Amino acid sequence: MRVKRISLKDKQEQQEAENLSLMNPMIEEYRGKKGNLIPLLQGVQTLFGYIPHEAFLKLHDEAGLKLADMYGVATFYAQFRLNPVGKHIIKVCHGTACHVQNAMKLTEALMESLKIKDGETTEDNLFTLESVACLGCCSLAPVMMIGEETYGKLDGKKSVKIIKEIRLSEKN
Amino acid sequence: MKTKIIVGLGSCGIAAGAGKVYNMIKQLVEVDKLDIELKQTSCIGMCYREPLVEVIDNTGRYLYGDITIDNVTELMDRHIENGEPIRELVVESDLFRGSEQGYSEGQVKIALRNCGYMDPESIEEAEDRKAYKAIRMVAEDKLSQDDVIKSVLESGIRGRGGGGFSTGLKWRFANNNKSDTKYIICNADEGDPGAFMDRSLLEGDPHAIIEGMILGAYAIGATGGIIYCRAEYPLAIKRLNIALHQAREKGYLGNNIMGIKGFNLDIYVKEGAGAFVCGEETALIASVEGERGMPRKRPPFPAESGLWKKPTNINNVETFANIPYIVLNGGDAYNKYGTVKSKGTKVFALTGKIKHGGLVEVPMGFSIREIIFGLGGGIQDDKKFKAVQLGGPSGGCIPEHLIDTAVDYDSVNATGAIMGSGGMVVMDETTCMVDMARFFLNFTQEESCGKCTFCRIGTKRMLEILTRITEGKGEDGDIEKLEELSEQIKDGSLCGLGQTAPNPVLTTIRYFRDEYEAHINDKKCPAKHCKALLTYEIIPDMCTGCTVCAVKCPTDTISGKRKEIHFIHQEGCIQCGECFSRCNFDAIKVY
Ligand SMILES: Cc1cc2nc3c(=O)[nH]c(=O)nc-3n(C[C@H](O)[C@H](O)[C@H](O)COP(=O)(O)O)c2cc1C
Ligand code: FES
Repeated sequence: MRVKRISLKDKQEQQEAENLSLMNPMIEEYRGKKGNLIPLLQGVQTLFGYIPHEAFLKLHDEAGLKLADMYGVATFYAQFRLNPVGKHIIKVCHGTACHVQNAMKLTEALMESLKIKDGETTEDNLFTLESVACLGCCSLAPVMMIGEETYGKLDGKKSVKIIKEIRLSEKN
Repeated sequence: MKTKIIVGLGSCGIAAGAGKVYNMIKQLVEVDKLDIELKQTSCIGMCYREPLVEVIDNTGRYLYGDITIDNVTELMDRHIENGEPIRELVVESDLFRGSEQGYSEGQVKIALRNCGYMDPESIEEAEDRKAYKAIRMVAEDKLSQDDVIKSVLESGIRGRGGGGFSTGLKWRFANNNKSDTKYIICNADEGDPGAFMDRSLLEGDPHAIIEGMILGAYAIGATGGIIYCRAEYPLAIKRLNIALHQAREKGYLGNNIMGIKGFNLDIYVKEGAGAFVCGEETALIASVEGERGMPRKRPPFPAESGLWKKPTNINNVETFANIPYIVLNGGDAYNKYGTVKSKGTKVFALTGKIKHGGLVEVPMGFSIREIIFGLGGGIQDDKKFKAVQLGGPSGGCIPEHLIDTAVDYDSVNATGAIMGSGGMVVMDETTCMVDMARFFLNFTQEESCGKCTFCRIGTKRMLEILTRITEGKGEDGDIEKLEELSEQIKDGSLCGLGQTAPNPVLTTIRYFRDEYEAHINDKKCPAKHCKALLTYEIIPDMCTGCTVCAVKCPTDTISGKRKEIHFIHQEGCIQCGECFSRCNFDAIKVY
């Protein structure tokens, strides 16, 4: 079980208020539909990058979903995040093929370069570092994905270089 | 004839840079106003030579490998403008033997029949390659539900999702349960980390899967269809949605499909949310219903009471991809391949320390040696083969002395591994088998849904023991404890996840007990992988006293003056390996 994911962070109060009205069309679309809980939470996450506490309350009030059900589902699936994330999410693959090809070296190099641990976000909110199990590009192992872009045949140095390039282009 | 250029744009190709190559060719074609048809296709399976670009001109067909933005202009100049193919880069051709000609020739492509040979976003190209011919035949020849089921039964195909249950029988059960609402679900959750057969099929030939589902729906009388696809496959989801839209427009989905009265069906894609256990059919159903994906007790089987308590039939992507071929060509066309109990062909994803990583489809009964050393080209850097992992977290490692094992359900089961969905991860002498067992237990421990005590806590205890062993804190009796826990977890778990979670541990203990013992008794890792068990030492004869290692050592535990032999003080060493990787004179040994 993903015990780590269930523990709430004490940083919650720092979260900025999100524009929850963005959720309205989605709530209209799914209200009363069978099996709507997961698509709704996925929709919220697409909007904000995570599921803010207030979004749960809004779904409860307006879509009639139970808080306990939503929280149960949100902590069950690896996809859902309860904390804000950086602008770029770095997903380092730790599937079998990538593990055999030393994926740990990527995570270590990235942790050192970004000065964060796996699962954390950098101070400037630019990057969040995550581990995933298999991106389906196993023949190019070790692999990482940033946004929609997948990078293959990496090593520590190459992965850090990619991050540095993104950081540079952000500055300009 | 107009010259065609086709770029392989599967996820793997794009990751290797094929998207950039495509854009570059597009620009060149526009700027030079070339009279060329530029198209896309998906993964042809030759992932180790990606990006792949195919040129078809009036002389013949040339498939080029390793085309990047650095050499694409050369390709355009030489082949397209001057008509001189670059033979060194051709991997396959119908005019002469390309460098990888053998890779495709050794295969029998049934499930992968269209992958890499057509634009997956064009239904017309799919139809040219016989898509929807089978359902048309069913309608025109007025074949009954039973005729379709019989044909599938005759083919002998068994589910490709890992369980290996007869697809024909499953359909018959679902057909026997009468209800006005029934569902057909395609399991595209592909949870096994290190496998990508289903992704390639979804991206490369979505229409085959959709037609397979239409035929299944007809056979069992389903009224609704769902493709449950994992969210990590955005390109697959995109292409599925395009294909579904096209199929609706052409009347392959909708009401009275192909004029069959009362045969109504629509299919939609449901995105998974990242949970391995949702590949298990009852958990998958719970997830579609919007709940936590927890498996439940069977019976009742989904065929009786599945989605929304209605009869439901679930099959894997690859299973469905084979169905149109079987219905169109008859069961015999499929069962002529394979062994007595395992019919047909199977797709495997070759990954890990193998030269030719990619997808292959071979008849059941091929030996592991033929796959790894024949099609796969052997081990990277010509290192020594150690084992191959089959079946992912539910499977096991097959060692070198069993390399001639035939790949069919029964022979693989006899080794303690399972066929699984088709992931083959190859390991060489540098892979530590205890660490592999730890890796898989870490995975199953995290992915356990927590319902069964043995699975939830047992896997955690096993992981703790394995972690201890790899950290050099293994104790006498650990192996026995692992074996005991394994048996209990197998017996005390409800679903396949727990029942098979100990397999990676049991098979590594069975075939690589000496590695466990070296870790526990001698505190050594024979593969030199487990950090805590390594010792770094300077070879005096080789040391030039350049001081690089001493400067780089993060704990300042290396002493020595410039131009004098250096020394590593073991008490301070944290085994980071920095000195070893920095030394320019191979003067540091590790053991
Ligand atoms: C833990 C677990 C994970 C599974 N994951 C998958 C999967 O990712 N894809 C799949 O097709 N089947 C998976 N299965 C097997 C399914 O339960 C089911 O047997 C299969 O989808 C049936 O299709 P088939 O008969 O065509 O193989 C999994 C089973 C278990 C126990
Ligand atoms: S194991 Fe990393 S992409 Fe599959």
